[in-house]
Amino acid sequence: MPVTLSALVKQFGRFAALRGVDGEFDAARFYVILGDNGAGKTTLLRALAGLAQPTRGTISILGKNPHEACREIGYMAHPSLLYDEMSGLENLRYFARLYDISGDSRCEQVIRWVGLDPELSRPVGNYSQGMRQRMSLARAILHDPKILLLDEPFSNVDVHSAQEMVGLLKAMRDAGKTIFVVTHQASLLEGVADEFIWMQAGKIVDRTSGLTRSAAQ
Amino acid sequence: MSSLRSITVATLTKDIRLEWRSKDALNSMLFFSLLVVVIFSFSFDPNAEESREIAGGLIWVAFLFAAVVALNQTWARELRNQVLDAYRVSPAPATALFLAKALGNFILVSLLEALMAPLFVIFYNLRALGPAWQLIPVALLGTWALVVNGTFFAAMSLRTRSREIMLPLLLFPISIPAVQSMVEATRIILAGDGSARFWIVLLLTYDVVFTTACLGLFETVLQAE
Repeated sequence: MPVTLSALVKQFGRFAALRGVDGEFDAARFYVILGDNGAGKTTLLRALAGLAQPTRGTISILGKNPHEACREIGYMAHPSLLYDEMSGLENLRYFARLYDISGDSRCEQVIRWVGLDPELSRPVGNYSQGMRQRMSLARAILHDPKILLLDEPFSNVDVHSAQEMVGLLKAMRDAGKTIFVVTHQASLLEGVADEFIWMQAGKIVDRTSGLTRSAAQ
Repeated sequence: MSSLRSITVATLTKDIRLEWRSKDALNSMLFFSLLVVVIFSFSFDPNAEESREIAGGLIWVAFLFAAVVALNQTWARELRNQVLDAYRVSPAPATALFLAKALGNFILVSLLEALMAPLFVIFYNLRALGPAWQLIPVALLGTWALVVNGTFFAAMSLRTRSREIMLPLLLFPISIPAVQSMVEATRIILAGDGSARFWIVLLLTYDVVFTTACLGLFETVLQAE
């Protein structure tokens, strides 16, 4: 299994954000993580990305811990993780260096792939929210990771842009990427997601296949 | 090693580009230092001999306070849009980020010193009676002592609620040996009062010890939640 969680607990002081999360997740599948605010969705994603150290339990990503597997993980957070004062290409050039990617060709390729223009010279701070989300996605996939962790990728994005982003994610899943999306807009992913994971009070309480959910509706 | 060097250079270049565009840190530091020079020159009216005795203290305390402005800006930029998380999830070494930030601050504070030193000379009518060239190693080693600890403690106080207050509270006490060395060395060189060698060697030792400690501990600070 590319991603395995075992009795994962994450505590912040006395508050337990994750309370024993177990699960196995297949490759080339599209997982949508749903739940109310405070259910532990973002903490789970941050733990998978290696940003939140588990208090107890283990995370195995392609047989390694998240830090060791960092080249195989692409992470898109709710904030853009981009420098507002630099253009999209300048941002990606910098992040490419962190992954030992040299030259502009890969940066330009991913910018075009998310539907933006690499020649756009204005700073990211002047982008619309939709453009910023796309550029954020471009940063997350820059190093061609096998596993994508996306936190609220459609928030504050208009329906048309969100649908275009869903199309991009579907193409990535079809190309063999394992995708985890945390969202409150599950309807956007009907017919695309392979599995819906429900979280409540720091636990996975239900896993429904995409087909079952679509049929039920 | 090549990865460490290339990521350090890429991060340093990015930081210089961002500072060049915003000039946040440089403008604040310049205005602050200028105010210190002017206010002190109005407050005291020393003769040439008195100036040589007090100038070391005035200059280095002014630069220490001004450096805090730059040091606070260093990491603030990484907190906007949580960009630091993008670095934390990458395979890039933590030491590259630390070195780039420390070097960036060193360049900024050195630039400030180069711009402000002539003003100090004019306002306080300074003329070195000792070997003036020794002020160069004092400035270089002293500036590195301030920024290496400052960069480290600014990162440590990143996640605290009142980080702008925390930084001086952490930095100033640990900088006392360095500041004392800088002030004494400067006083000796300006007054021509013996050799500043002891204080320069002390500064060098301080730099080596604290640079090693900061490099060794920075990974823990970066990955702290």
